[in-house]
Amino acid sequence: MAVRTITYRDALGEALREELTRDPNVFLLGEDINGGPQGYGGAFKVTKALTKDFGDRLLDTPIMEQTIIGASIGAAITGMRPVAEIMYEDFVTLAMDSLVNTAAKTFFMTNGQFSVPMVVRAPYGAMGIGPQHSQSFTSWFMHVPGLRVVLPSTPYDAKGLLKTAIRDNNPVIFLEHKKLYNTSGEVPQEEYLIPFGTARLVTVGRDVSLIAVGYMVHLASQVAQKMEEKGLQLEVIDVRTLAPLDIETIAQSVRKTHKAVVIAEDNRTAGPTAEIASAVTEACFGHLDAPIGRIGAKDTFIAHNAGMSEYVIPGLLDIQRGIESVLVWE
Amino acid sequence: METNRDLFLQMYEDLVFGREFELCAENLANRGLVPGSLHLGIGEEATQVGACRALASQDYLVPSHRSHVADIVKGADPKRIMAEILGKSTGYCGGRAGSIHFADRNSNNLGVQGILGAVFPVAAGAALTQVRMGTGRIVLAFFGEGASHEGTFHEALNLSALWKLPLVWLCVNDLYAMGTRFDRTSAVANVADRASAYNMPGHIVDGNDVVAVYEAVSAARQVALAGNGPSLIECKTYRHGGHSTFDKNRYRPQEEIDAWIERDPIRFFEGQLRASGSLTGSLVAEIAKRVKERIEEVETFAVQSAEPTPESALERVFCESEEG
Repeated sequence: MAVRTITYRDALGEALREELTRDPNVFLLGEDINGGPQGYGGAFKVTKALTKDFGDRLLDTPIMEQTIIGASIGAAITGMRPVAEIMYEDFVTLAMDSLVNTAAKTFFMTNGQFSVPMVVRAPYGAMGIGPQHSQSFTSWFMHVPGLRVVLPSTPYDAKGLLKTAIRDNNPVIFLEHKKLYNTSGEVPQEEYLIPFGTARLVTVGRDVSLIAVGYMVHLASQVAQKMEEKGLQLEVIDVRTLAPLDIETIAQSVRKTHKAVVIAEDNRTAGPTAEIASAVTEACFGHLDAPIGRIGAKDTFIAHNAGMSEYVIPGLLDIQRGIESVLVWE
Repeated sequence: METNRDLFLQMYEDLVFGREFELCAENLANRGLVPGSLHLGIGEEATQVGACRALASQDYLVPSHRSHVADIVKGADPKRIMAEILGKSTGYCGGRAGSIHFADRNSNNLGVQGILGAVFPVAAGAALTQVRMGTGRIVLAFFGEGASHEGTFHEALNLSALWKLPLVWLCVNDLYAMGTRFDRTSAVANVADRASAYNMPGHIVDGNDVVAVYEAVSAARQVALAGNGPSLIECKTYRHGGHSTFDKNRYRPQEEIDAWIERDPIRFFEGQLRASGSLTGSLVAEIAKRVKERIEEVETFAVQSAEPTPESALERVFCESEEG
């Protein structure tokens, strides 16, 4: 299998290109995603490489988040497969009605008459852009039945999961961490898909399970490497999709390590770590030797100032302390 | 009137049937058989019938919370609509939707948006599909004058005009949004006045005149099919009863209600048809008899249908089928 090293951004672009080529009913819509002959190509340039070949299928919209998602629903129930881009996850709040009341409920409400095959891509997470452009609120989506919630952490996963998302017959929230766009990784030349609900074992260990969401997978891996020097073997798991959540793979790891730390960038209170920790407890309480550690952002907002921002979001030291706090239990 | 006699007689029967359907639903609600509330369109039948008779069967309808009559004219089986209103398993949505979330795929009825402002983006998206697939179909979207204050109205009307989407935006202006009169909430006198902001034609029509509505929607449909984009049609009408079956209907002046009942759309059209010789007393009686029999079937079917099982609430949360 031929493998190249490409960026997360380009991996997303490849997935979109392949699905646009494969299915004439796929189209993209969003603010600034096309930009005409000069090819603006999106706030984070994910669609820039597509503007030349798929110009008429990359629809620049006015600034109207609720109608970007609402119109995607209308297109989806009449036979199209829209892929909407919302410029920042924070802006998805403008369209929560469309997502929660219409996209998520339509298949149920119509008793299966209308499915809603659509994807909403949005960049999330802190990257020095201040309180209204930095949030992670994945648990809000996770709370709603009927939505798939996907957070790829590598170029490989970004491509394979986005292709699956576009082919899925349900509304999918596809969250891309801003710090990941320029990261690189190996991606096969050949086509592949990654099924939803399959967590990925990143590193194998025996002492503590680190269950990480999205960008936090990279921090967890760094901590695991560092702690290996101290003789600790940490098992890192990338959940990849929060809905569906692959609790079986996670629980299998915890049954082996007997200790777990869950890490996500959302505010800690009622964040995805709460649900995962609770699900792990239900699945394998008898195997746990320590209370499950939960690492999330401190319960405040992401400031523009770098020092303030770094203080609030989970960092390497927070994860390390979280691991230490479960290791004191025997 | 002679040239369209068959169509007009059909629309007359639609009106009579629609009125009786609503009265039957009201009666079932009064008997405690309807879970939740129910929004009746008694007095607004001409708008619903005229608009939907102007559509082809392949066209899409996005109905409103007060458009059972439109749903019927578009082709949904009234038996299964009534069953849905009663929350029965035989309803179009298996009792999950009720009246205010009703949808019927077979008659290209894309479903009520229970969150009123949601109708605008969804209808725009459905119309976008027609352009991209080149289907030659249009989308007709019903909404009330109250919903036109939502921000999505602006977003979607602008988009629909910008992209020349094949749409008819049909505003049923029945003067009151629940209990609040239009002039207490709107800076403009007519919803249609807003069309100029989107470079879109805006028309005001007597919503109690079924032929006027039919003609206005037919013309707007042709505009849309020709690729010239959407139109906004405001039908001025009035509901004889309250907002819903929970509403005691006490906030409107009696003289106002009486004046509108005086302009009842069915009596008005019946008078027109009789004057032109299209309708006779014996035909009126024949239609009334036929309608009564059909309504009895509707009621029996709905009342006798089984409830869905409680556990079925866990089904169809996700579409599990492969891409199809």
